[in-house]
Amino acid sequence: MRDTVTSTAGPDYDIGKLSIVKPRHYGRWLAAAAILVILLFIVKAFADGQIAWKVVGQFFTAPAILTGLVNTIIMTACAMLLGITLGVLFAVMVMSPNPVLKGVAVLYIWFFRGTPLILQLLLWFNLALVFPRIGIPDVFSIRTVELITPFVATLLGLGINQGAYTAEVVRSGILSVDSGQTEAASSIGMTRLTALRRIVMPQAMRVIIPPVGNEVISMVKLTSIASVIQYSEILRNAQTIYYANNYVIEMLFVAAIWYLAVVTVLSIGQHFLERYFGKGQRKAVQTERTGALA
Amino acid sequence: MSVAMQNGPMLVARNLKKTFGSFTALEDVSLDINHGEVLCIIGPSGSGKSTFLRCLNQLERIDGGAVWIDGELIGYRRSGDRLYPLSDAEVARQRLATGMVFQRFNLFQHMTALQNIIEGPVTVQRRRRAEAVDEAMTLLERVGLADKRDAYPAQLSGGQQQRVAIARALAMKPKLMLFDEPTSALDPELVGEVLNVMRGLAGSGMTMIVVTHELGFAREVAHRVVFMDRGGIVEAGPPQQILSSPQQARTREFIAAVLN
Repeated sequence: MRDTVTSTAGPDYDIGKLSIVKPRHYGRWLAAAAILVILLFIVKAFADGQIAWKVVGQFFTAPAILTGLVNTIIMTACAMLLGITLGVLFAVMVMSPNPVLKGVAVLYIWFFRGTPLILQLLLWFNLALVFPRIGIPDVFSIRTVELITPFVATLLGLGINQGAYTAEVVRSGILSVDSGQTEAASSIGMTRLTALRRIVMPQAMRVIIPPVGNEVISMVKLTSIASVIQYSEILRNAQTIYYANNYVIEMLFVAAIWYLAVVTVLSIGQHFLERYFGKGQRKAVQTERTGALA
Repeated sequence: MSVAMQNGPMLVARNLKKTFGSFTALEDVSLDINHGEVLCIIGPSGSGKSTFLRCLNQLERIDGGAVWIDGELIGYRRSGDRLYPLSDAEVARQRLATGMVFQRFNLFQHMTALQNIIEGPVTVQRRRRAEAVDEAMTLLERVGLADKRDAYPAQLSGGQQQRVAIARALAMKPKLMLFDEPTSALDPELVGEVLNVMRGLAGSGMTMIVVTHELGFAREVAHRVVFMDRGGIVEAGPPQQILSSPQQARTREFIAAVLN
């Protein structure tokens, strides 16, 4: 049989001597050229337009702008810290067998995901209208307007709102860990909470980190809405300046460039963080592949 | 082989009942196991043998009946003629008496072989780390994997993972070892290495309950074989009797089906 097959004059099987011609992507070159032309038009339009670029440069490192930038970064860090803490806490509560804890957590997520963030900020900021003084009766109390500064109101608004979203992210991370891991942890005598802390959460991080990284980036930009309650972050300080000097677009550009700079740095950080937490997974996939081949 | 008799049985299960919704997984299962006894449970899938094992270390809640391990009532505290369910922490403490080996190994994926083994002694039993590492290395040698101490589960074969899982369970110094189909998820050529470790363990006098489809292993190592079907014990006795000359028609059918 085999002899008859090889002996018949068929196609030339010896293609090792031939060279491979790389595909030429004419379409890509054409599209790139077209986009380049459009970009040039846009750049030229802005260069010729009524924008005082010198003012942009001049105010780029103005003290008020830099203070605003620092405040933006501080608020992002504090609000995310509060958000992640609350998120983990409420995710664990939602998954708890205790119906009281579960009910509280469900209510929290329902309320803070169900109302606009700007409304929540205004509520916190105007808390003094409802409660002129806060504290424990007869022991200690403080005037609410002194306690709820723009910083505190913003922190509470952004952090607590973030917590409601992060709780869902953490919950999906916990659910992504195989239930066999919890059973094995139980079988060596771990309590539910110890198993969560030592076994489940470290493995859930792989799923939790990428979306939380995303949320850090959106938090940088979300802080800008705190300008409505007079927290002096970068956008509000840019506005304060343009109310005085009327260079509206210029000051907005200054803020935009700073936002882009911060987000760019964070995106690079996120990339490396994801690679770090994806390590074990890649290893597993490799082993699975070689296992399948074997 | 002689079974060492100490005061009272190691495990007593009386009239166990377990339901999942309308499905009855266990119906009136009673079984005693002596100190040092190796018991193999065989039976078709869905017969309730894994559920029985999971009830013994409270991974499943028992719906009726009771279990005593080494004289201690499982899951409840008795006060006069009342039973109070135990807290999460008390159940966790009771589980220290049993070691469990799972079909899917369930090694902690983010820990090396060594870390998997010392996790229980260090985190749960609060023993000194150096001491736990020493004992873990002895166990790794015993299962023939001392050179894999720093390997992650994903880098180990199924057979190696299962041997580490056995070492992890033994590190807690349990009174009783439960094996839930320990070789069912393994490629055929890896089954032998795991059975060898279990054979060694049985030889050392460990009390073992093994849910398995390996009839050869049951014949060679078990003191007693139990055949389960449809949530109940159909027949129990010495391996020769159950595997070679079963009394019940259902047992005969099952063994004939497995051997072919």
